[in-house]
Amino acid sequence: MQLKKPKPIRRLLTAATSTLLAGTAQQVVAAEKTPWQVDSAFLYYSEQDRVTVYEPVVAVRQETGDDEFVGMRLVLDSMTGASPNGAIPTDSPQTFTSPSGVSTYTTPAGETPLDSSFHDTRAAISADWEMPLDERLKAVFGGNFSREYDYTSLGVDATFSWDLNQRNTTLTTGLSMSQDQINPVGGVPTGLSPVPTTAGGQKSTEGDSETKDISGLLLGMTQVIGPKTLLQVNYTFADEQGYLTDPYKLLSVLDNSGQLRASDPYVYEKRPDSRQRQALYVKGVHQFGADVLHASYRYYWDDWGVTSHTYDLHYRYELAGGRHYLQPHLRYYLQNKADFYHYSLEDNNIPAYASADYRLGDMSTTTIGLKYGLVLGESHEFGARLESMQQKAEGDAPFEDNTAVIFQLNYSFLF
Amino acid sequence: MKTMSLILLLALLAGGCSSMGVQPWQRGHLAKQKMQLDPYPLDAFLDDHIYFSKESSSGGAGVGGGGCGCN
Repeated sequence: MQLKKPKPIRRLLTAATSTLLAGTAQQVVAAEKTPWQVDSAFLYYSEQDRVTVYEPVVAVRQETGDDEFVGMRLVLDSMTGASPNGAIPTDSPQTFTSPSGVSTYTTPAGETPLDSSFHDTRAAISADWEMPLDERLKAVFGGNFSREYDYTSLGVDATFSWDLNQRNTTLTTGLSMSQDQINPVGGVPTGLSPVPTTAGGQKSTEGDSETKDISGLLLGMTQVIGPKTLLQVNYTFADEQGYLTDPYKLLSVLDNSGQLRASDPYVYEKRPDSRQRQALYVKGVHQFGADVLHASYRYYWDDWGVTSHTYDLHYRYELAGGRHYLQPHLRYYLQNKADFYHYSLEDNNIPAYASADYRLGDMSTTTIGLKYGLVLGESHEFGARLESMQQKAEGDAPFEDNTAVIFQLNYSFLF
Repeated sequence: MKTMSLILLLALLAGGCSSMGVQPWQRGHLAKQKMQLDPYPLDAFLDDHIYFSKESSSGGAGVGGGGCGCN
């Protein structure tokens, strides 16, 4: 029994010390406590003819006191390949300047224009600290930082969970804040200004960098329904302010005959500088025999006019007395377009905001996958999953399908 | 207004659920990793990253997230 509660500052120092100094002489101290739980994963994501991503992740977590934990996660994200620039395919080849303005690339007739100048590496680190505030009240404080060559993000979050009804009901509230800085290659293009069509052509810019502030709120409840059933309901709200435009996306401008207009055939996109996102999320977990079903549904809406439905199912099918499992995964996402989404623009009819990014259009995503898991011992597990993802146009805009393969390896152990 | 209705709905659910649940000795299944709401956090994290980059919706399961240029 603990007679005297340690002061919070002491807890903070203990947590910080064991996090920072593990691996040195302090490891001896850590070893006397509990081992580190290490979760690692390697993701390979590859789109047909477009982007390929390699993403290793390592997360560690340790109990540093009674129900008190510290955790840290490191992510590297390496991307190569080409991304649609927003322009439409035409009957003749099209030439675009790269974002830096120093080179050009040409898209053959009849093909979706893809900008192949993306080669990016992103590093992200996050840490969290979970601590009991009271017998029934738990807090998790977190921070995260990420950096890529044209984008930096810094964020903090806090989540509080309160157990009620003999721990059968848990109420959760979470708050998050982040500030992002965007430094686009070649400067921040003026929204809806002409895109230079020759190498060395000057684009109209508004400085070198922009910022974006995001605040988030979560209100949630988890309920134990029975010995084998759980239900979770969440509401989330996020407010985004600042530069929400994609500085590398453009739109084609057509004349009365439906052809690209002769002068300035492309303009940079422009999105509103504020967005309020909301989502209602329901998740159920139920055990059938030894198998477990996870099913969730999310309804999402925002003030850009985007609404969406997301259905997600995982069924863990146990094999060989619980040593192995197979887990099929099905996910279906259906989205209605943003108010300012346009497949292309008409000459003399340029709106105040416009984007041809297919991710803001009427579209669906279907994912089908299978995971294999091998349980090697307590907190010692290997996993591999293979999935196929397909994104399709669902409205009038005839943009091309995007298909991708997702392959992931996982290994978890105690250290 | 929508937000207020949702808070009210959650409060009502919390009230209605006070008669549900299990006794402490019935928690054997619920304590297992596979019965947690998020049994494999890295899988969920990587999926969130993919769909945040490729779709226009976010949120629902948690707070925060994002923090990338995402082409």
